[in-house]
Amino acid sequence: MTNVPVTRPAARPDIKALNEAAALRRARREMLSTLVRYGLLAIVGLVMLYPLIWLIGASFKTNQEIFTGAGFLPHAPTAEGYIKGWQTSTPYTFGRFFWNSFLIILPKVIGTAISCTMAAYAFARFDFPLKKVLFTSVIAILLLPNVVTRIPQYLLFRDLGWLDSFLPLWVPSALAGDAFFVFMLVQFLRSLPADMEEAARVDGANSLQTLIFIVVPMLAPALISVCLFQFMWTMNDFLGPLIYVSSVDKYPVSLALKLSIDTTEAFDWNRILAMSVLTILPALIVFFAAQRYFIEGISAGGRKG
Amino acid sequence: MARVQLRNLEKVYGNAFKAVHGINLDIADGEFMVLVGPSGCAKSTTLRMVAGLEQVSGGEIYIGDELVNDLSPSKRSIAMVFQNYALYPHMKVRGNLAFGLRIQGLPRAEIKEAVDHVARILEIEPLLDRLPKQLSGGQAQRVALGRALIKKPGVFLFDEPLSNLDAKLRASMRVRITDLHRQLKAEGLSSTVIYVTHDQTEAMTMGDRICVMQAGRIMQVATPKELYNHPANLFVAGFIGSPEMNLIDGALEGTDFVIGTQRLPLSGEVIARLTGRPAQAVLGIRPQHLVLAGEGPALSARLLSAEFMGHEVNLHAQLEGQRIVAVVSADQFEALGDTATIRLQPEMKSVHLFDKEDGRNVGLGQQQLAA
Repeated sequence: MTNVPVTRPAARPDIKALNEAAALRRARREMLSTLVRYGLLAIVGLVMLYPLIWLIGASFKTNQEIFTGAGFLPHAPTAEGYIKGWQTSTPYTFGRFFWNSFLIILPKVIGTAISCTMAAYAFARFDFPLKKVLFTSVIAILLLPNVVTRIPQYLLFRDLGWLDSFLPLWVPSALAGDAFFVFMLVQFLRSLPADMEEAARVDGANSLQTLIFIVVPMLAPALISVCLFQFMWTMNDFLGPLIYVSSVDKYPVSLALKLSIDTTEAFDWNRILAMSVLTILPALIVFFAAQRYFIEGISAGGRKG
Repeated sequence: MARVQLRNLEKVYGNAFKAVHGINLDIADGEFMVLVGPSGCAKSTTLRMVAGLEQVSGGEIYIGDELVNDLSPSKRSIAMVFQNYALYPHMKVRGNLAFGLRIQGLPRAEIKEAVDHVARILEIEPLLDRLPKQLSGGQAQRVALGRALIKKPGVFLFDEPLSNLDAKLRASMRVRITDLHRQLKAEGLSSTVIYVTHDQTEAMTMGDRICVMQAGRIMQVATPKELYNHPANLFVAGFIGSPEMNLIDGALEGTDFVIGTQRLPLSGEVIARLTGRPAQAVLGIRPQHLVLAGEGPALSARLLSAEFMGHEVNLHAQLEGQRIVAVVSADQFEALGDTATIRLQPEMKSVHLFDKEDGRNVGLGQQQLAA
């Protein structure tokens, strides 16, 4: 009889201890797998990012040092590359080229956002004659290699007297000329339920009011992606300015970078690298600032109604 | 006056599919009309045509006395509550309620007053500064209701507004909506309601009148009681009521209804009500009106299973190869013991006879038909 109360309490700590040991083992296993996973990701990430890190490091090196090793830390850091690079070998500073890029990007991005939204809204929500034919042509343009249209476009802009101006660089995009963005927004819109727009119509909003007050706010993540893409692609566009812009005072940064390679025979790599860093900086800043929306935007669909 | 009239209303889709087959319906001012039917019966399409969200292919829609076929939704004096609420996700509750008035260009103070008034009625004042995603289903539905209410429309259109809610909430919202309708009516405000649902409980408990639809056609328009007691055809008989009405195939021979080897003598009253003698007939009797028989003429059926519902028991049985259900009290079920065969007697005043070919109820009598 006395055994019963004695054995029971003794059995309890045993089970508890076993459970604790199992939990400890589990926690250790999880910790290890987490370490391995993050270690692997960190290594791969570092390999991918190394060129960028090297670029930033090298922009602070002297010209002699740049090609002496693959390390990114400069022995004797110097801002010479930035100072000389900013001055450029032209009568203008690099600031001028940034300003030129800005003058192209601003109307292009705003124009793209407005025109593509309107085009996509029409394709996604309205029935109109020849809708199918028109949408098919949008897709066809999407598949068309850019090169094919270069010469006819050049002739067209020449006849319009737009050569050596920024107009050929932004006007087509500002009139929904980028089929990719129209397509992307159409797909996003199709994934949104039309109920809200119908509710707005019942509430008395006309099509334009519905677009502005209801559709655009819901479209915001996709629109931010569109603006980001357009910003980055324009910033990096080299061929467009090369074809249409001929005066140095109108060069955007992409051409200006090339300029510093062209004009001197033994060119200073640290100046070029320093200016490259400055060139990618705006895109990087904008991207990281808007990263959350950007990812939301390109993973269109899968949103709860 | 917010009377709604549908005249030969038709809807044909682009692929030549005819969804609505020329329906006629009169909805009186202040009436609560429920459109009910199975999925795909075009009840929502009909409602959307009234709202102006769907193009009318043929016929006319009048709201008040105005032909509204080509009017935009905002000019029809309607407000709509959608199945999934359709709240504007980027606006707070306050913004959602105010949107319609803002579009109308009302002064700010007036909008605020209207929003506060509606919020008070629907008890959503604490929610005014929340976003729709921060609301529960019931709260979102109340906001959607508020958005309709604030416009003071002539006609409220509800498109299955409760189907996304859980059963308990649905029951309380049902009461809330009917109360609101009554309140509006008492205040002398225009309060015609067209309410679409596939749930017959909602239809029966909420509607002043119910319009039962099937495949783009109206099967019967009547009060819930009339619909339950005097279904005009087989479809309505099978659709309204739970458990479903027993529809037993057989033939009329003299004053007897013959099912396989069994004969059920019909009362003189039933025979007198007949407006036709179909070759193939269907006898309709609700499970509640099928009682366990003592002596006298009865149908004997083999008991298959029993569902205990609490105060009553649903008996599933087989009658000459046809499945039937009878509802008996728990006590009666106890008394049955282990019996394998039960004797059932239909209450004669609740017996319906249908023509199997066209589905018409031939047992309604001339008087009911005229009504």
